[in-house]
Amino acid sequence: MAYDLSFAKDVYNKSEMGHWIKMCMQCGVCAGSCPLRAHWQHSPRQLFQMVRAGKRDEVLKSSDMWMCTSCYNCIVRCPRELPITHIIHGLARYAETEKAVDPMQPTRRFAVEVFWKNITATGRVGEAMLTMRLYFQDGIGAGIQRGLEMRDSALGMLKTRRLNPIPFRGKIKGYDGFTKMLAKAAELEAKLENKA
Amino acid sequence: MKEYTFFPGCSSEHNASAANMENSIQSMCRILGIQLNEIDDWNCCSASIGYAGGGQLPRMAMSARNFALAQKQKGNTDLVATCAACWLSMRETNERIEEEPRIKQDINTALAEAGLSYDGHIKTRHMVEVLIEDIGWETLKSKVTKPLTGLKAAGYVGCQTNRPFGVCGDSYENPLYLDKMIEATGATAVPFPMKVACCGGALMFSETEKACVLTKQILQSAVDNGAEVIITPCPVCQLNLEVYQGMINKTLGTHFNIPILYYSQLFVLAWGGSWQEAALHQQVIPAEPLRRFA
Ligand code: SF4
Ligand code: SF4
Repeated sequence: MAYDLSFAKDVYNKSEMGHWIKMCMQCGVCAGSCPLRAHWQHSPRQLFQMVRAGKRDEVLKSSDMWMCTSCYNCIVRCPRELPITHIIHGLARYAETEKAVDPMQPTRRFAVEVFWKNITATGRVGEAMLTMRLYFQDGIGAGIQRGLEMRDSALGMLKTRRLNPIPFRGKIKGYDGFTKMLAKAAELEAKLENKA
Repeated sequence: MKEYTFFPGCSSEHNASAANMENSIQSMCRILGIQLNEIDDWNCCSASIGYAGGGQLPRMAMSARNFALAQKQKGNTDLVATCAACWLSMRETNERIEEEPRIKQDINTALAEAGLSYDGHIKTRHMVEVLIEDIGWETLKSKVTKPLTGLKAAGYVGCQTNRPFGVCGDSYENPLYLDKMIEATGATAVPFPMKVACCGGALMFSETEKACVLTKQILQSAVDNGAEVIITPCPVCQLNLEVYQGMINKTLGTHFNIPILYYSQLFVLAWGGSWQEAALHQQVIPAEPLRRFA
């Protein structure tokens, strides 16, 4: 059976730092270094091999690269000096742009629908709003439930002045320019992704 | 008076989760004669989880805007960040702008939309690098007026202050700078095998149960080694270990009650600063083991 190289080529060209996958020698150091390794179906090493073997759907639909905590443990240990953390992030982002990932994948939901929306809405993280959006993403009932679970902590944060009681924060002064800048960057990014 | 451009980051804002870090760092800098000049109208660094919603260019453009504002407002003075994630994303962005002409060009095309430009050359430094390299161990020790003798502290370095760049050439697997900081205040750094383990980072928000297992192991290791407090340089580590401690106790059947403090809070107290100046009143888990020195 011949390998289908089209997926590997796509990843090398369109996914951040994807071309580095070629350099992986399958030693498994990354697999042993990851704090979330108990929860993977496929380790970074295996994901890289699957990219090379053309397993497009299996890779892009995988939950594995969403398990990355950005601890950079793998990156400093890889004997081939692959920027593994960035490759993993790149694969996650690529799955997002290809709309291959399960929209309910919890870290995708948090990262894309809560965190990125939160920072681009005003220019800075609004922690209170971020927490509220996160808690209430599954509806009011689930939100109240989760809020109650964290009630003591939230009260502790409020009492020690580490949580703003007013969830709405103002926009940064240069917000218009900030938004235009992001739009332009996104446009150039799309070109970058399609350059192959 | 040493001056630096300052990027506080979102968690250090007034009424935000790392307000205790920000307040104690300001006190620390007052004592050391360091002036931090905050970038006017800075935006979020996009943090470590920003990759998923933004991809590389939008994510880096966010840091680049801060560099562009800094260059316009303060020239190429070294930029100091106190949050590990801010320091990391800004250093990474700067490196890529300086090393990849294509990125530099695209970033500047995006920045132009905001009437800005950035040509590189601003060095991003972590506050602990400034303490070690610019202030020096001898000065840090000589400021001590109230040694924290007998206090047992676990130095928790975590991930992003330690990797991938590291602090002052220290080891990734067994960095010693934080232990040395603890010892510089007169306290004892207990052996702590989990000092570079991961707290779960932003996955605490999305995969809470999995991350809680990680933080539980870190807390357990500190307690088993006799620590009364855990010291960290990172606001994400601080938040995950402190604010989720109650939840860990509830869901994993543990009984932790260990304060999680910043190195800056320890220094301020040892240098004769008040409880308030050290922002010790801003701990969710009260810093009781430090009362005997206040
Ligand atoms: S540590 Fe590096 S070379 Fe080894 S399997 Fe992982 S990515 Fe490949
Ligand atoms: S950076 Fe991500 S993939 Fe690498 S060891 Fe850490 S969590 Fe695992």
